[in-house]
Amino acid sequence: MTQPDTIPLLGLGWNDLLFLAFAAVMVVAALAVVLQRDIIRAGGAMIIAFAALAGLYVIAGSPVVAGAQVLVYIGAISVLVLFAIMLTQTKAAPRALVFQTQAVPAAIATAILALLIVASVLTTDWPKQVATQVADARSVATTLFGQFTLPFEVVSVLLLAAVVGGVFLAKRERDRGEAD
Amino acid sequence: MLSALNLVSQNLNAYLILSGLLFSIGAFGFLARRNAISMLMSIELMLNAVNLAFVAFGAFVSSADPSHAAQASDIALIVMAAAAAEATVGLAIVIAIYRNRKTPLVDEYDAMKR
Repeated sequence: MTQPDTIPLLGLGWNDLLFLAFAAVMVVAALAVVLQRDIIRAGGAMIIAFAALAGLYVIAGSPVVAGAQVLVYIGAISVLVLFAIMLTQTKAAPRALVFQTQAVPAAIATAILALLIVASVLTTDWPKQVATQVADARSVATTLFGQFTLPFEVVSVLLLAAVVGGVFLAKRERDRGEAD
Repeated sequence: MLSALNLVSQNLNAYLILSGLLFSIGAFGFLARRNAISMLMSIELMLNAVNLAFVAFGAFVSSADPSHAAQASDIALIVMAAAAAEATVGLAIVIAIYRNRKTPLVDEYDAMKR
């Protein structure tokens, strides 16, 4: 993406405005995922968070990852999660208590974690920053099938094993069901 | 007006702070929610936060290697595949437990405590 001129009134570039918009949408949607009482709406908010993150990947110069984000997360994992929600929820679930008793200590601990991460990011002297380096599809493919061939093959075997294992775990075991 | 935020999308710190916030939100959800599927969704949020950090490091840290950004994308893609495998097995386990215990709430999985 070429660097456009700044927007007159705001003094921001289009990329910056988009970054801020996507970041705000992503944080709000992620908060909705963890705070929403109705779990199906939490699933919907998760899809929005993933979509905003795909936009952030584009701004960060990784269109291939953004495309994979849309295909894998929005297309596959969200559908899987929504199906699992529909298979496992009872009608009383949204009215039941959705948080553990440890929710308040967990909130304090994760707020401290967030502060620590922000503080360490701001105080660390990162290596020299450069303008966005775009990872185009050709260079991603060249490295993925050259330098990263072994991890690629290992992860494909892992996916196969996970899918077979998932089918095995989720299928109804008729024999044992009749025994008890 | 907002000129202090100019070039925020070209700033490594902005991406890393966003990634840290997303990770913390996911960690809170994992610790605080009672529903097993909510916990799995929180794990997905944390994995996405890590991916964002990888992509940001690939895009904004200078390197002598010209394929630096592409390598970061590769790592993010492999993390995504591992996340898909994790989601498949995790949700299958939740469904299998639900079939036996008739509840998706993790604090009611207390068979080994009794």
